[in-house]
Amino acid sequence: MRTTLTIAGRELAGYFATPVATVFIVIFLVLQGTLTFNLGSFFERGQADLQPFFSFLPWVFLLLIPAITMRLWAEERRLGTIELLLTLPVTQTQAVLGKFLAAWAFCAIALALTFPFVITVNLLGNPDNGVIASGYVGGLLVAGAFLSIGSALSAATRNQVIAFVLAVAVCFVFAVASYPLVTEFLSRNTPILATIARRIAVLERFQDFTRGVVSVRDLIFFATFIGFWLYLNTVLVEQRKAD
Amino acid sequence: MSAASQPALIEIEGLTKRFGTFTAVDDVSFQVARGEVLGFLGPNGAGKSTTMRMLAGFMIPTSGTARICGHDVQLNSVAARRALGFLPEGAPTYPEMTVTAFLRFCAKVRGFRGDALDDRVDRALGLTRLDSVRLQPVETLSKGFKRRVGLAQALLHDPPVLVLDEPTDGLDPNQKHEVRTLIQEMRAEKAIVISTHILEEVDAVCTRAIVIANGRVVADETPAELQARHPSGKLDDVFRQLTLPAAA
Repeated sequence: MRTTLTIAGRELAGYFATPVATVFIVIFLVLQGTLTFNLGSFFERGQADLQPFFSFLPWVFLLLIPAITMRLWAEERRLGTIELLLTLPVTQTQAVLGKFLAAWAFCAIALALTFPFVITVNLLGNPDNGVIASGYVGGLLVAGAFLSIGSALSAATRNQVIAFVLAVAVCFVFAVASYPLVTEFLSRNTPILATIARRIAVLERFQDFTRGVVSVRDLIFFATFIGFWLYLNTVLVEQRKAD
Repeated sequence: MSAASQPALIEIEGLTKRFGTFTAVDDVSFQVARGEVLGFLGPNGAGKSTTMRMLAGFMIPTSGTARICGHDVQLNSVAARRALGFLPEGAPTYPEMTVTAFLRFCAKVRGFRGDALDDRVDRALGLTRLDSVRLQPVETLSKGFKRRVGLAQALLHDPPVLVLDEPTDGLDPNQKHEVRTLIQEMRAEKAIVISTHILEEVDAVCTRAIVIANGRVVADETPAELQARHPSGKLDDVFRQLTLPAAA
């Protein structure tokens, strides 16, 4: 655990030692603000909640999170530091977890910096802050799910562009799996796949959180989802580290 | 073959690595005991780095295995890596970190805390003469300094086994001399493997030399014996004779 946190600490410091952190956070906040205030009609709706904010959040993550994860392993390969890191007395699992936790903590920081939205909505009305809190928890879990996908795919290829495009594509599939367009198509042909698609859809789970519902089932879903992709990540690192 | 009185700290048995149909390392076996400095020689692409990567547990061998201080690098890899100081090819480091931050990270991963951590980092900085650049980001350093940062990382925990892939590459003659002196000083209590294609290095620091060509060991003897293989007595000629079949 200590080793994992040491690796995570180094990674996180790495984000802030380069322009990655600033660029990511600024773009994230600008995008999230523009979408919420303009497209989301935050003021015109006349309701004291953060629904517009949360409805755009997964889509902003879909675009920006693969940009963080694409370099996670591909960069280590490019610099050759993967050889250094994995010949220190650390296990593959510790290295994978450390990198994931750092990226997740970074997303949590970016998400925390959206606090002016919470202040604004509290100044303008009397929102249900419990719903807002559960929405943030859901947002963090969606970030974790996308990060785990992106991290695994970054270990699968040494090309950062491929890692980015694949991560966006796979995250998109898991995001929209429960959309009627997808499930109706699937249920016409293979009904069993439609059921599976509904179960594994990330956005459907997220919507529960934005309504203020934090259920054990959803928490277990996200834990399993992230666990699966991180396990895959570990296997891929083991298999392809020296390629 | 090895210094008989000392137990072997590095044992390599039938190590083989194939990439598709290409055999990079072909049934390499040798042992290195405490007190030995083994020079690992060979042309580029002969399999030196691949062998060292397998020894460090980074690359998975197709067959065969290696042990460091009795720990199998596959089955007990974390214990093996604790006993190992490894300088990978090209001495990779995280470019945005300062020298001290980088060494502190490596020391923390190796389990050092508090005063012990400070002592280790200070000692490694001193041994490799990095004090003057300790607060500089690694990316701003010259090639020679970068190589020494990699070396400092390998020496940090005072390991019984040192595997250094081209430790003097990119150093100026003075720095080369310093690194060789350092290796000489540490020799007594460690088993050291250095890969190089600088043949004068073999004379200067090695107690034994292995020449590898096309993935196979073609010579394993003392530098003096190696020199005696060619009438000219020059390592250059011996090297060519061993690694270029046409010149034999």
